Amino acid sequence: MQIIQPHYHAIARTAQDYEKMAMSGVVAVAEPAFWAGFDRLYPETFLDYFRQISEFEPTRAAEYGIKHYCWVAVNPKEAENPTLSHEVLKHMPEFYEKPNVLGVGEIGFHKTTKNEEEIFEAQVEQAIKYDQLILIHTPHLQDKVRGTKRTLEVLSHMNVNPERVWIDHVEEHTIREPLEAGYWVGFTLYPVTKCSPKRACDMLEMYGHERILVNSSADWGPSDPFTLQMCVMQYRARGYSVQDAIEIFHNNPARFLGQNPKFDIKPIQLETIEEEITDMV
Amino acid sequence: MQTALQVLDREYLEARCSLLELAAALDRIDRAHDHEEASGDLQDSRLDLLNQAIKILSEESHLPNRSERLLLLFSDLD
Ligand SMILES: [Zn+2]
Repeated sequence: MQIIQPHYHAIARTAQDYEKMAMSGVVAVAEPAFWAGFDRLYPETFLDYFRQISEFEPTRAAEYGIKHYCWVAVNPKEAENPTLSHEVLKHMPEFYEKPNVLGVGEIGFHKTTKNEEEIFEAQVEQAIKYDQLILIHTPHLQDKVRGTKRTLEVLSHMNVNPERVWIDHVEEHTIREPLEAGYWVGFTLYPVTKCSPKRACDMLEMYGHERILVNSSADWGPSDPFTLQMCVMQYRARGYSVQDAIEIFHNNPARFLGQNPKFDIKPIQLETIEEEITDMV
Repeated sequence: MQTALQVLDREYLEARCSLLELAAALDRIDRAHDHEEASGDLQDSRLDLLNQAIKILSEESHLPNRSERLLLLFSDLD
């Protein structure tokens, strides 16, 4: 089955991951800009990183027949340094010109501080100005509710079109508000700390599958790109059809990301081919 | 041997995850049951066992050997 992996940190993963993803039906990945595991000191370090995900990663993915897209941003953790962040922001528009850059992300809150908020707002404003899609990270664990609420408050005062905004890492306690406000939401499947494939299927059963994305977000930490395929398997095992699964794991990311015309993978529909039976003489 | 704090550091997230999975599984059973035509109380001895196990973990949390007591609960002892 064809799958799109809408949130994937390829730079932290091996070629073998691309290979296995290709073999398990992944046709495209989208890579948001994220924290490297340490706070970077220079704006240039970010710009080289943006070059890595916008120039090098697409070539590596193409080796396996996978299309690679990316997002640029100062992530929530490093947004704690506003001077550095503003320097990086000055250069981000250059990257919107690149053929695989889809928008500004992942931005948002880590500890929900004033500095983070200033840089979050500045990046949302820039995304609106340059007509870019927006991908928002919500905090981990005990900070998630507070950070998600603040995210929605900040956005409500800004001139964003909710259909072009994806609020990621929602779980049972944070899904309702963003969905009701018209945003796209994402489930991040992690081995221990975020949502599990089973719980993701539960939420799909409870909330339907409109404006919902599922991703494994695999990065340099304990994570696994194949939690996404586990979720597909779990969903199918509950009796849903291949087309139902395609709607969630291929067509929804195609719909959301396809709002940027650079993302040219269209939703698909299974069809039975009526073959003519001819005499085999 | 690790200190209690070190063990907690290592185990907290996994324990949290196990509890969430358990909560989600119980919700899943409830939701499926609510959809069924003849709902009412779901009678199944396995559900009773799960509820007894949860009681062992909560009400008797000061007692040791929780895993042993749970396994005995889930065992056929006759
Ligand atoms: Zn990420």
